[in-house]
Amino acid sequence: MTEEIIIAGFGGQGVLSMGKIMAYSGMMQDMEVSWMPSYGPEMRGGTANVNVILSDERISSPILRSFDTAIILNQQSMDKFEHSVKPGGTLIYDSNGITKHPERKDITIYRIDAAEEASKLKMMKMFNMFVMGGFMKVKPILKTEYVIKGLKKSLPERYHHLIPMNEDAIKRGMELIRKV
Amino acid sequence: MAELTFKDIIKPENLAYTKSKLMTDNVMHYCPGCGHGTAHQVLAEVLEEENLQSKTIGITPVGCSVLMYNYIDIDFQEAAHGRAPALATAVKRLMPDKFVFTYQGDGDLAAIGTAETIHTCNRGENILILFINNGIYGMTGGQMAPTTLEGMKSSTSPYGRNVSTMGSPIKMANIVAMLPGTCYVTRQSVNTALGARKLKRAIKKAVQYQNEKRGTCFIEVVSNCPSGWKMTPVESNKWMEENMFPFYPLGDIKVPEEK
Amino acid sequence: MEKELRLMKGNEAIAEAAIRAGADGYFGYPITPQSEILEYLMEANPQVTTGMVVLQAESEVAAINMVYGGAACGKKVMTSSSSPGISLKQEGITYIAGAELPCLIVNVVRGGPGLGTIQPAQSDYFQATKGGGHGDYHLIVLAPSSVQEMADFVEMAFDLAFKYRNPAMILSDGAIGQMMEKVWLKPQKKRSEEILPWATTGKPATREHNIITSLDLDPERQEKFNQKLIAKYREIEEHEVRYEEFMTEDAEYLFVAYGTSSRICQKALQLARAEGIKAGLLRPITLFPYPKKRLNELADTVKGMLAVEMSAGQMVEDVMLSVNGKTRVGHYGRMGGMIPTPEEVVDNLKTFIKG
Repeated sequence: MTEEIIIAGFGGQGVLSMGKIMAYSGMMQDMEVSWMPSYGPEMRGGTANVNVILSDERISSPILRSFDTAIILNQQSMDKFEHSVKPGGTLIYDSNGITKHPERKDITIYRIDAAEEASKLKMMKMFNMFVMGGFMKVKPILKTEYVIKGLKKSLPERYHHLIPMNEDAIKRGMELIRKV
Repeated sequence: MAELTFKDIIKPENLAYTKSKLMTDNVMHYCPGCGHGTAHQVLAEVLEEENLQSKTIGITPVGCSVLMYNYIDIDFQEAAHGRAPALATAVKRLMPDKFVFTYQGDGDLAAIGTAETIHTCNRGENILILFINNGIYGMTGGQMAPTTLEGMKSSTSPYGRNVSTMGSPIKMANIVAMLPGTCYVTRQSVNTALGARKLKRAIKKAVQYQNEKRGTCFIEVVSNCPSGWKMTPVESNKWMEENMFPFYPLGDIKVPEEK
Repeated sequence: MEKELRLMKGNEAIAEAAIRAGADGYFGYPITPQSEILEYLMEANPQVTTGMVVLQAESEVAAINMVYGGAACGKKVMTSSSSPGISLKQEGITYIAGAELPCLIVNVVRGGPGLGTIQPAQSDYFQATKGGGHGDYHLIVLAPSSVQEMADFVEMAFDLAFKYRNPAMILSDGAIGQMMEKVWLKPQKKRSEEILPWATTGKPATREHNIITSLDLDPERQEKFNQKLIAKYREIEEHEVRYEEFMTEDAEYLFVAYGTSSRICQKALQLARAEGIKAGLLRPITLFPYPKKRLNELADTVKGMLAVEMSAGQMVEDVMLSVNGKTRVGHYGRMGGMIPTPEEVVDNLKTFIKG
C-alpha cells in the first residue's frame, strides 16, 4: 500500500501541520512516511501545500506530480491541483471560499464543510482536524488511536490537554464528509 | 675607567637586554628599524614570565607578521586575511582555559577584517587583540592602509591621502572602546625602551583580564614602517612621533574597574 | 542506550546527529533553506548537555574561519549554509584544505547563480567536487538522499575528515533539508578528549610547536605539498567510493543521479519498468571520490546512461569521464529551483533511447 497525498490551502489553515500529524500517525503505525512542504515566503500568508506519502515500502520520490488523494482548502489550490489527482483517485475539499467546484468525473469527490462547522462550534483552531477526520473516514489508512499517539509524540507537553478536543474534531469530521 | 671592549660588552653579566627564551633563533625577515621585532620580543617576554608557553595559542595575520610563527616558540594558527579574530573566537570558546591572542596589522584588522574585529569585540570574546598600526601596507609594498594619515603618500595614494575621495584614517581603538564587549583598550608604542616597557605592562594586564574572563582586550601599537615610508629607521621614528602620535595619541582609552 | 525513532526535517536531523556524534562546535549564519540547523542547535542548547559550542557568527565568512580555528585545535567542528553562503565560505574552505584540517561543511543547495532562488537545486556540484576555492584541492563530498542519511552522514563525514585530515562536505539540497521522514538516531556519543599530536593546543615541553598554516613561500616545498595532497586524494579515491545500485543487473539504460534526483529516479525506474523499459539506477553516495570504476564497468553492459540532475549539466561530465566514450551519455536537468517529476524523467529517457 502506498498513498500519495497533497494537502493545499492558505498558510494559517494548518495545511503543513495536518500533513505532519498524518506523517507522525503513519510512523506510529510502522509505515514509511515522507512530508515534503512548499517552503519559503509563500508560506507567510500565501498558499501552502505539502506532499505526504504513507507506504508499506521504502518511499522513492518524495516529490510528486500526481496524487492518490488531494485535500484542497482554497480556490487557488483547486485551480492548481484538481488535475493532479490520478484517475480513480480521491479529491476532498472544503467548500468555504470555493467559487468553482471540482468537475472531474474520473475521480471520487468528497466535500467537507469543515470551516463552517468549526466556526459554528467556535473551534477554528481545530479546522484541520475536522478535515483530517474526513480523510480518515474515506481513506481508512490511519487509525484514530495512532493519530492520538502521533499527537502525543509531536506536541509539546503543555498542549497535551488539547488532545481530547482534537479527537472530538476528528470524530465530527468523519460524520461531516459527504460524497459529491 | 677602562674602555669596554666588544668582548666585554657581550659578557652575560654585562647584558642589559636578553632575548626571551621563547624567541627562536630564526633570522627575522623584518626590515631594519621595524617595530615588529620589538613587539614580538615584548610579547614573548610576557608569555615566558607568565609561564604561558604551554597554554598559548597565537593567531597570525596576513601581512608582514604572517611568518611570526617562525619567531616565537608557541603553537600558532595562520589565518586568512582579516579573519584572525574569528579563529580566536572558536579557539577560546572550545578551549576556555587557554591564553589566546591575535596579532594583526592595519590592513588585516581595520580594512578586510573590520567585521570580524567589531563583532569579536562586541561579543566580548575573552581574547587579546594586538593591533600593529603603521599606517601602511608593508608586505605588499607600501599601499595605502585604512589608517594612513591624511596627506600621507603611499604607492596607491601617490599624491597624498585625499580624504574627500579616499576616506579618513580610522581610529579602530576608539571604535572598539565604544563596544560593551571590550574591557581594556589602550594605545602603546615600541619606539623607545620606555614605550616597550609600557607595552609589556599592558600585555600583562591583558593576560590578567583574560584569566578573569572580563572580555576582549585590545592593544594598539602605533608603529613605523621605514621601508614603506621610504625613510631611515631614525627618520621614521621621528616622523611617527611628529605625525602619528598626535593623531593616534598614546595611552589608555578604556580600563576596567578594578575588582 | 538504544536508537531513537523520530520524524524530522533533514536539517533538524543534521543538527541532532551532530550533537549525538559528539561534535565540539557549530558555527553558522542563517540562510534559507537551512536555517533550521542553527535554530535547532540553539534550542537544543547542547552547551549544557554535551558541552558543544553553538555560535551564530556575524557572517558566513566568520563562521567558516571559526571552523578553521576550531579544527586547528583538533576539535570536531562544523558549519552549514546554502549556496550563496557557501560561495562566501570558499576562501575559508581552501585555507582549511591547504592546512589539512578536518571539519564538516553542510551545503543545503538552492538555485543560482547569484541570489537565485530559495528552492532546491543541485547546481553547486562543480563547486563542491572540483575545489570551489582557489588552488588544487578536493573536499570529500557526501550526497544524502534521505533524512536518515542526513543524520548518518554527519558522523561518517567527521570520521572521513579526521581519517584523512581533509574537509568533508555534505552536499544536500532544499528538498531533503525541508522534508520530514522517519529517522533512527544513534545514541549520544561522548565528545572526544583526545589531544591530537598536530593540533594547536598549547606547546608542552615534550614537542615542537605546532603551526597550522597553508602558507609556504618556497615553490619547491609547496609543490611537494601539492603532490602530498594529490596522493591523499588518490588514496581517498581508492578506498572511500560509495554508491548504491537499483536494478542494474539486467538494465539496458542506466539513470545516474544523486540526492533528491536519485529519489525521483527510483520512482521513474518503476514507471519505466512498468512500460517494459529495462531501466536501472546508479546513485553515487560519494561525489568525491566519484564511482568512476563502477560506471566504467556498467558502460560495458548498458546501451546508454542518462544523468538526471537539478542543474544545467554538471555531474554528467563525471559520467562521461568515467565511461570514457564506451557508451552514450545523456543529460536531463531542471534548474532554478524546479524539481523534475518521475513522469518527465521517464519521458526524457524515452527521448534519449530514440537517440
